[in-house]
Amino acid sequence: MLRLEGVSASYGAVTVLRDVVLEARGGEVTCIMGRNGVGKTTLMRAIMGLVARQGRFVLDGDDLSALPAHEVARHGIALVPQGRRLFGPLTVAENLEIGLMTRHRGRAVHEQVLDLFPRLRERLGQVSQTLSGGEQQMLAIARALCLEPKVLLLDEPTEGLQPSMIAAIREVLLGLKSTGVATVLVEQRVDAVLQVADRVAFMGHGTVAEVVPGAGLRADAPRFAAYVGV
Amino acid sequence: MKGWLFHLAVLGVLAVLAVILPAYHANNLARVLVLAVFATGYNLAFGYTGMLSLGHALFFGAGMFGAALPVTLWGWGGLPVLGTGMLAGGVVAAAVGVLALRTKGVSFMIVTLMFAQAGYLTLIYCNAVTGGDQGLVLPGAARQVLGLDLTQDGSRLWLALGIYAAALAGALGLVGSRFGRVMLAMRENEERSRMLGYDPYTVKLKVLVISGLYAGLAGAAYGVFFGYAGAGFATVQYSILPMLYSLLGGAGTALGPLIGAAVMFWLIDFASGLTNAYLMLVGVVLIVVVLFAPRGILGYVRERWLPWLP
Repeated sequence: MLRLEGVSASYGAVTVLRDVVLEARGGEVTCIMGRNGVGKTTLMRAIMGLVARQGRFVLDGDDLSALPAHEVARHGIALVPQGRRLFGPLTVAENLEIGLMTRHRGRAVHEQVLDLFPRLRERLGQVSQTLSGGEQQMLAIARALCLEPKVLLLDEPTEGLQPSMIAAIREVLLGLKSTGVATVLVEQRVDAVLQVADRVAFMGHGTVAEVVPGAGLRADAPRFAAYVGV
Repeated sequence: MKGWLFHLAVLGVLAVLAVILPAYHANNLARVLVLAVFATGYNLAFGYTGMLSLGHALFFGAGMFGAALPVTLWGWGGLPVLGTGMLAGGVVAAAVGVLALRTKGVSFMIVTLMFAQAGYLTLIYCNAVTGGDQGLVLPGAARQVLGLDLTQDGSRLWLALGIYAAALAGALGLVGSRFGRVMLAMRENEERSRMLGYDPYTVKLKVLVISGLYAGLAGAAYGVFFGYAGAGFATVQYSILPMLYSLLGGAGTALGPLIGAAVMFWLIDFASGLTNAYLMLVGVVLIVVVLFAPRGILGYVRERWLPWLP
C-alpha cells in the first residue's frame, strides 16, 4: 500500500499541492478527479519524485520521501505520464527491453506483459513512433508494467483514444486488480471512472478534498458537478 | 548482421585505399582516421546519449600529453604510451564528468568548455614540462609500434586503420548492447528514463569516460603518429571539430564521424587550394548539408534507404 501524508509540492515559488493525504491499496483502482489545474498531474509527479516535494511517501512500510525518481521506480512505483513519452526511434521490443532491464525476471515478465497486449506482440519490430495513438498508449502502459510495479500511476491514459482502445485499456486495468497492483488513475471522464474505480479521490484547491467508495457512485452525483464541473 | 557486414565492407575499402593511395593522400587518410576515432568517441556522448560537450579538446590533449610525457620524461616506447594516453583521456573525462554532470544542457556545455580552457592554460603554464607554446617533439625511436616505423606514411596508415577498426567495432558493440539502448533512452527522454529506474548521472558518467578513452587514444595516436604534442590541440577548436564531424556525417550513426571527418578534411584541403577564403566555401557547403540533410549525410542515407544502419 502507498500512503501519502501531508504532501505538498511546488514549482519554484508556486505551491501546487497542499497537505495531501491519500492511500492507494493493492488490488484496487484509486481514481483522482478534479478540474484542470487542480494539481492531479503534479500529484503523480510528486509521488515519482519528479518535482520539489515535502511530506511522507510510504510504500509497504518503506519511506520513499527522500529518494530520487530512479530509486522510487526501483522500489516499485511506475508512472505512465500524460502524452505517453515513448522512446520514439526505438522499436516496440526495445522500448519494453529498457523497461525490463532493471528487473531480474526479464523474460517471464516480458511474456506476461505481451499476453496483456497481444496487439504489441504483432508489432515488436516496429518503430514506436509509427504506432497509432492507442498502440502507443498500450506500449507506455506495457513498458511501465515491465517494472513489475507495486503501484501503477496512470495520468489520463484514455485521452484522445478511440472507444475500442479505451475499452482495451479498461480491461487491462480491471485485470491488474487480481495481481495485487495498486493503480492510481487520473481521469476526467466520469463514465470511465465509474467502470473501474474502487475509490474516487476528488481534488480541489491543490489538495484531496474527499475520498469516497466507487461502488454506489452515480454519474449524476453532485460531487462530480462540484469537483469536476460535469 | 547486415550492419556488421556493411561496416566490414567499409573497412575493406579503406584497406584497399591504404594500398593504392599516393603518399600525400595516405598521410591525410591516416590523419582522418585518427580524427575519426576522436569523433566516434565524441559521437557516443553527443549523438547517442545527447551530451553536448565542449570539453573534449581537454581529453584529446590529455591523451596526447599522456603519451608524449612518458616518452620525453622516461623514454617509454610507442605502444605503451598509446595505452597511457588512452588512460589519461579516460581519467580526465571521469574527473570532469563527476563535476560537470551535475549540470545539463547549456550549463553542461559551458562547464565543460571552462574545464577545457583551464586544461589548455595549464599546459601553457607548465611549459617546463609540456613545452608550452612550442610543444614537444617526439623522437623517432619512440615512434615504433609493433614493428611499424611510424615515421613512414604507409606504416602510419595501416596502424591508423587498425586503431579505427577497433574503435568502430567497440562503438558498434556498445550501441548494439543493452547499455546502448539506455544511452538512446537517455538522449530521447531523460526524465522518462529516470521513471524506468535509470540514474542519468551514472549512465552519462560511464559514457563520458568511454568517450574520454576514445579521445585519449586519438590524442595519443596523433602525437605518436605525427611526432608532436602541442597545447594547441587542447584549444576549443578541437572540441568543436568532432562535433562538426559528427553533425556533418550523421550524429547517432556509427560511421557518420568518419564520413564527416573525411568530407571536412578534404573539403578544406581542396578549398584552400582555390582561395584564401576557403573557410567561407566550407561554411557554404556545411549550410547546404544542414539545410538538405539536417541529420547529416549518413543520417539522411539511413532515413531514406538504409534504416538498419546503427
